[in-house]
Amino acid sequence: MIWGKVKIAHEISRTKFPAKPSNMESCPSVKNILLLDSEGKRVAVKYYCDDWPTNNAKEAFEKSVFSKTQKTNARTEAEIAMFENNIVVYKFVQDLHFFVTGGEVENELILATVLQGFFDAVGLLLRGNVDKKEALENLDLILLCLDEIIDGGIVLETDANVIAGKVASHSLDSGAPLSEQTISQALATAREHLARSLLK
Amino acid sequence: MAQPLVKKDDDRDDEADYSPFLGIEKGAVLQEARVFNDPQLDARRCSQVITKLLYLLNQGETFTKIEATEVFFAVTKLFQSRDTGLRRMVYLMIKELSPSADEVIIVTSSLMKDMNSKTDMYRANAIRVLCRITDGTLLTQIERYLKQAIVDKNPVVASAALVSGIHLLQTNPEIVRRWSNEVQEAVQSRAALVQFHALALLHQIRQNDRLAVSKLVTSLTRGNVRSPLAQCLLIRYTSQVIRESGTNTQTGDRPFYDFLEGCLRHKAEMVIFEAARAITELSGVTSRELTPAITVLQLFLSSSKPVLRFAAVRTLNKVAMTHPMAVTNCNIDMESLISDQNRSIATLAITTLLKTGNESSVDRLMKQITNFMSDIADEFKIVVVEAIRSLCLKFPLKYRALMNFLSNILREEGGFEYKKAIVDSIVILIRDIPDAKESGLLHLCEFIEDCEFTYLSTQILHFLGIEGPKTSDPSKYIRYIYNRVILENATVRASAVSTLAKFGAMVDSLKPRIFVLLRRCLFDSDDEVRDRATLYLNTIGGDGSVVETDKDVKDFLFGSLDIPLVNLETSLKNYEPSEEPFDIDSVPREVKSQPLAEKKAPGKKPTGLGAPPSGPTSTVDAYEKLLSSIPEYASFGKPFKSSAPVELTEAETEYAVNVVKHIFDRHVVFQYNCTNTIPEQLLENVTVIVDASDAEEFSEVSTKPLRSLPYDSPGQTFVAFEKPDGVPAVGKFTNMLKFIVKEVDPTTGETEEDGVEDEYQLEDLEVVAADYVLKVGVSNFRNAWESMGPEFERVDEYGLGPRESLAEAVSAVISLLGLQPCEGTEVVPSNSRSHTCLLSGVFIGNAKVLVRLSFGIDGPKEVAMKLAVRSEDESVSDAIHEIVASG
Repeated sequence: MIWGKVKIAHEISRTKFPAKPSNMESCPSVKNILLLDSEGKRVAVKYYCDDWPTNNAKEAFEKSVFSKTQKTNARTEAEIAMFENNIVVYKFVQDLHFFVTGGEVENELILATVLQGFFDAVGLLLRGNVDKKEALENLDLILLCLDEIIDGGIVLETDANVIAGKVASHSLDSGAPLSEQTISQALATAREHLARSLLK
Repeated sequence: MAQPLVKKDDDRDDEADYSPFLGIEKGAVLQEARVFNDPQLDARRCSQVITKLLYLLNQGETFTKIEATEVFFAVTKLFQSRDTGLRRMVYLMIKELSPSADEVIIVTSSLMKDMNSKTDMYRANAIRVLCRITDGTLLTQIERYLKQAIVDKNPVVASAALVSGIHLLQTNPEIVRRWSNEVQEAVQSRAALVQFHALALLHQIRQNDRLAVSKLVTSLTRGNVRSPLAQCLLIRYTSQVIRESGTNTQTGDRPFYDFLEGCLRHKAEMVIFEAARAITELSGVTSRELTPAITVLQLFLSSSKPVLRFAAVRTLNKVAMTHPMAVTNCNIDMESLISDQNRSIATLAITTLLKTGNESSVDRLMKQITNFMSDIADEFKIVVVEAIRSLCLKFPLKYRALMNFLSNILREEGGFEYKKAIVDSIVILIRDIPDAKESGLLHLCEFIEDCEFTYLSTQILHFLGIEGPKTSDPSKYIRYIYNRVILENATVRASAVSTLAKFGAMVDSLKPRIFVLLRRCLFDSDDEVRDRATLYLNTIGGDGSVVETDKDVKDFLFGSLDIPLVNLETSLKNYEPSEEPFDIDSVPREVKSQPLAEKKAPGKKPTGLGAPPSGPTSTVDAYEKLLSSIPEYASFGKPFKSSAPVELTEAETEYAVNVVKHIFDRHVVFQYNCTNTIPEQLLENVTVIVDASDAEEFSEVSTKPLRSLPYDSPGQTFVAFEKPDGVPAVGKFTNMLKFIVKEVDPTTGETEEDGVEDEYQLEDLEVVAADYVLKVGVSNFRNAWESMGPEFERVDEYGLGPRESLAEAVSAVISLLGLQPCEGTEVVPSNSRSHTCLLSGVFIGNAKVLVRLSFGIDGPKEVAMKLAVRSEDESVSDAIHEIVASG
């Protein structure tokens, strides 16, 4: 029963509004976010479109992006390149490689802002110890962080403090009783951690 | 958090490869997931297990249907826990599992409870999860909460609802459309991202209502948009409005240009860039409009951020394709980017420079590029090679430097694609620049001396066979070609034999020597090589005497095959071995389906790094091929121009017909592209009956009917007319489609024997003066105008009568003449009282034409025009005036 109804709803929408692809184009969108290690292996990845339908296609894309960016110096400023008609912005720290991919007509600076938001939020959440080991040990935080940045390709939030704040308020590691902790408090904790790690 | 699993491979390095997930196994984790069912939930433990499950999924592991269902049901138990951290992981897990409809029902009530929770985080996330997994039926139940959430005072909740709305609009538009009041309210939100999400949703709700979008843009461009992302959206919507109004009103006004220009002074770089890019992409942008955008992009070029430099140079590269002059100011900054660390930026900079460079800077540029080529990847090199090719076509006088460059890089290391790009470029230069022919051919000869790619060797040998005999000293190529017979593999040897034979057939003085070489090939180890040598020896001059080779023999050996290969293939497959030899004349010459590119949208997106725009030549080539495949039209020569298809039927009628006008020197051929849209019919013997009584100068010479036109597979029928030589004769033709219709049973595909004759009225067709003019632009109109000289200049003044606006008058005259507007002069600035428009093109008979139009408008919209024409031929200048006088 339910299936039948769903199908009908889909058909109606298809016949009435055929110009679907064009409208999505006008809204900035992200195709994927990748966090790879220094050998190009996945730490955490998230795809938001069907350009790479299978896991093999995804891995092939990751491999080509990784190998072509590997030798570049993307440690101080985010770097940028084009792959298969996609724009990829990327930044490295320690043994972690951060990538954000968008379509070829996307505004490069929007993608860079998303990358920076992700990069800094991970820095806050891992308290400045940004490396593969730390990232894997806190994989739950990384995954929640991805979830707070992009929803189905649409930019949800780009401010690293806000992203980290939203994730940290759930974190098991924060000391305060969770039910009473507000965003701003969590944010303060996260900031404090960052400050401490910088002073080290 | 997740403690390291006990298992650890002994032979691994401990510290370097340490991972909490080392040795993780799906089966074991699924076992662990049983803790979700414990009556006393350990929130921390459960979170760890979910993390492991998510890790597995993230690594590409898949769960079977049963496993996924089991995990899903176990996870739903966790709603009992009050731990917020665990709840977040539960949300994530549900989204990853994307449960089926009957599973969704299980969690719906839990999620709906969370949607109304006091905790903002719960509300926001529950909305996102529920909207992700829900279907239309459930949506009506939760619609009320979603509307509330859109105007929630917590921005996170509002954003969650709005973003979910954007996704739902794709599947359930009729529901989301009802939220428009709430969304409108959210656009006014003080929270930056709420405004962004609300604006995106509101626009998508209204996008089919042009007026509403225009109103939205008007009100917001005046108001205060806080978020840079929302501002970027607004810029995109504004350009849409400009694009649509531009084609409609034709006033030449750009009402929102000031807004776009204002955004160039925004504090966020992403907004500045978005606005600059939007300005460069305005259709028919003038150089005055471009200047401020180019200025900010130029500043970005020297930014310390690679992303900014890349964005700027990529945009300028695109501008350089259409407005090279506008970009020349940035050339100094661009040159410094050649040494950029980021090779993508460097390549874009080089190709931009190649597009904007002038003749004098070519040598300097080539020196810089030579250093650069050695340290970039093949894909970038290909882009550079293509840019150099177009530069060389632009400045043919510089061919020596550019050809040398190409031959140098041809000698260096490189992959197949790269080498192919270079060879293709040299071949094109040889074809288009006569002076470059001999040196180019020698470069290619040297290349095949040491070429590892069989495909390239054979292509070059074939090309040598065509071009080599026509050079001043054909003998010097023989050595290179015969070396191939000695040194290469069988495929290359065979094509070398063919090439030798071509030289022999075309150049009588070489015949004796070629025969010697060909006779040596008779002892080759490969069948194909021996066969070819035997064939050529016997046909060209078996008895060894030097006689001029017969034309028939030449045609037989080297003429192009005028039969579509597909048809030949099917005929050969159908041929059954018998006494009767295969007759090549029995192969049908009609092109069955219509693989022409005309239906493709114009201006295909360039692929890859600043790839050159795919020219319109493909359609022209396809037409030429099609026409030359019809023997009756072969004598007409090369078509001067083929028009764009003109529709002769309304959309969605029984038979769809459009026509392409092919103009020849003494003939006109109408190509009627017909499509049968009725599955129950088969049309046979389709012709178009043309009544040319309103076109006195034309007389019909032949009709080529279409044998059969099955459902949904387009076919063509042709009608040819004779007309006075070189004269731009005009006239009106009425058309009637005539055919025999046969019933087809759509289920079995069987056709009835008997058909009925029927007719179908088509719309009229006109041949106008613009059909005799080719749009060909010139890059520098002033230079072209001066060099053409005033010898055949004709000047006259015309009154165009009352017109809606100056812009309307300008575009009317442009379309009447069918010439190419130059330097963006087809755009009339708003409110101007006078305008000068520059046009160029080629008239039938290959005479270049340049036109300078000066318009003026007075009070009651009376438009006057001064028309100055310069051309290579007096009669052409007069003809242009005649077009205007009679139009």
